[in-house]
Amino acid sequence: MGFVIATETAARQATIWSHVRICASLAAAGFRRYSTYRQATIAGAATNITFGLLRTYVLLAVAGGTAAGLAAGYDRAQLTTYVWVQQGLMVVTLIWGWFDLGDRIRSGDVVIDLLRPVPPVLAYFAADVGRAGYAVLGRFVPPVLVGALVFGLYRPARWYTVPLFVLSAALALVICFAGRYMVNATAFWLLDTRGIDFAWVLASGMLSGLYFPLRFLPEWFTLTVWIGTPFPSILQAPADVLVERVAPGPTLLIVAGQAAWAAVMMVACVVVQHRAERRLVVQGG
Amino acid sequence: MIISVRGLRKDFTVRAKAGRFRRERRVVSAVDGVDLEVERGELLGYIGPNGAGKSTTLKMLTGVLVPSAGRVRVCGLEPVARRTRLARRIGVVFGQRSQLWWDLPLADSFELLRHVYRVPAAAHAGRLARCRDLLGLDEFAGRPVRQLSLGQRMRGELTAALLHGPEVLFLDEPTIGLDLVSKQAARSFLAELHRAGDTTIVLTTHDLADIERLCERLVVIDHGRVVHDGSIEALHARYGSRRRVVVDLEAPLAGPPELPGARLESVAADGLRLTYALTGATAGEVVARLAGAGELRDLSVVEPDIEDVVGRLYAAPTGVP
Repeated sequence: MGFVIATETAARQATIWSHVRICASLAAAGFRRYSTYRQATIAGAATNITFGLLRTYVLLAVAGGTAAGLAAGYDRAQLTTYVWVQQGLMVVTLIWGWFDLGDRIRSGDVVIDLLRPVPPVLAYFAADVGRAGYAVLGRFVPPVLVGALVFGLYRPARWYTVPLFVLSAALALVICFAGRYMVNATAFWLLDTRGIDFAWVLASGMLSGLYFPLRFLPEWFTLTVWIGTPFPSILQAPADVLVERVAPGPTLLIVAGQAAWAAVMMVACVVVQHRAERRLVVQGG
Repeated sequence: MIISVRGLRKDFTVRAKAGRFRRERRVVSAVDGVDLEVERGELLGYIGPNGAGKSTTLKMLTGVLVPSAGRVRVCGLEPVARRTRLARRIGVVFGQRSQLWWDLPLADSFELLRHVYRVPAAAHAGRLARCRDLLGLDEFAGRPVRQLSLGQRMRGELTAALLHGPEVLFLDEPTIGLDLVSKQAARSFLAELHRAGDTTIVLTTHDLADIERLCERLVVIDHGRVVHDGSIEALHARYGSRRRVVVDLEAPLAGPPELPGARLESVAADGLRLTYALTGATAGEVVARLAGAGELRDLSVVEPDIEDVVGRLYAAPTGVP
């Protein structure tokens, strides 16, 4: 049948370009994978929009109760934009509800991931970028459109705000992916990761600025959380960049901080994966 | 040698409760000093009862489990240290796990694997065409993997494992749960692959029909140790499996005759059915003598049963039936 060309694959050296092509095909597969579930996309977007309305009215009520009509320094347009962009971004970054890796570790299917010639962190990240791409279309655009139609959105004054927001959102995806990956990877050590999952949901909701802008809290606390944890970099940072909440200099600092967190988290992710592989005991037969 | 294993061991530490607060640690050897040499192009059956250490060995050979001791080389590489490089040169099919993308059409999984393994388009197309032909993939290649039947999925798995032209194909219970037709399709495909002679196949299974139809060489493992390494015929010879002659008589004989070179195993149907195990005589000699003793109505020659000898092998505490 002549299946083997033994030297063929061995001779094909890995290049950066070949890795890019592998990642692109995995990302495309990630996009297609999620795009097969259109009803789930519609249902999810409807839920996001419902909660978006709730959050907006609560925050507008807070702002309306102040003399200047500002809540923690955000005006009405900034607040609505903050909410609706986050309603989309929470799905683009997939801050909650990703258990793929943990499930594969528990079932032992992770062994298949290890038998592929692509490092697992890279393969999962590439697929996640594809998923995020689909989420931009299916889960980011609809709530932002609804927000724009019902409340109107903030118009950035600086020319570079939108490109900087795109960069900030991309860094948020990297940070969030790495966090999720490590939470899932605890299944290599703990068979039941529900406690860790719950801690992630609680911390990421509270400290990322999803429930309310972190600037509502005392400054020392906000600063500590912002510098000491990756969570504000996931949702608070991109929203603040887009609504131009702070001056240009501090805005750039916010993005630089995200870049630093992205690097730290990805390195940590690779280290965790490496350690997990070293002590690998695959479940089941 | 494409696979070379010397003194392979894998010990697991098991913690058991030994009192209210105390836990006892116990070391269990899943694989206990396995030696194995496999030549390029061989089709090796690697069998053993549940918990014998088959899958553990396979995991160590593919580099996803670190051995406690011993030396392993697959395609000249140390599997754990060179796992990513080795992954390009081996194919793996786990009967109970899937390497396909669950939500995508089967054809998309194949295309994705082409990129993941960096297979040139022409080589990929050639191999895929052969698999489509031999495994009849066309009727379901456009369907998402989650909608495929187990038999269809397994045909997809076999294809996926071969698209990058692996030198060694590891199959861990590839026919588990399949119906007869799907089993037959998988076996024919593997036989065809083996006939081509360029892929080494290591097959782990509980289905001894797979072994009988496909494997020239059989390695039996029990309690982590190799208890047989040789042909199926050698296994029968070693453990005394015999061909049998079964005759149905027109009328019972006064006493079943003692025959030289054959041992009377059973008398059934009120003396009308006699079974002799051949211990030196030919079937023809035994039949001729029995025909001389009484009128025969029917006769059959039963080949030694692999289920029987392997069953006895598994049941024996030391692996010797």
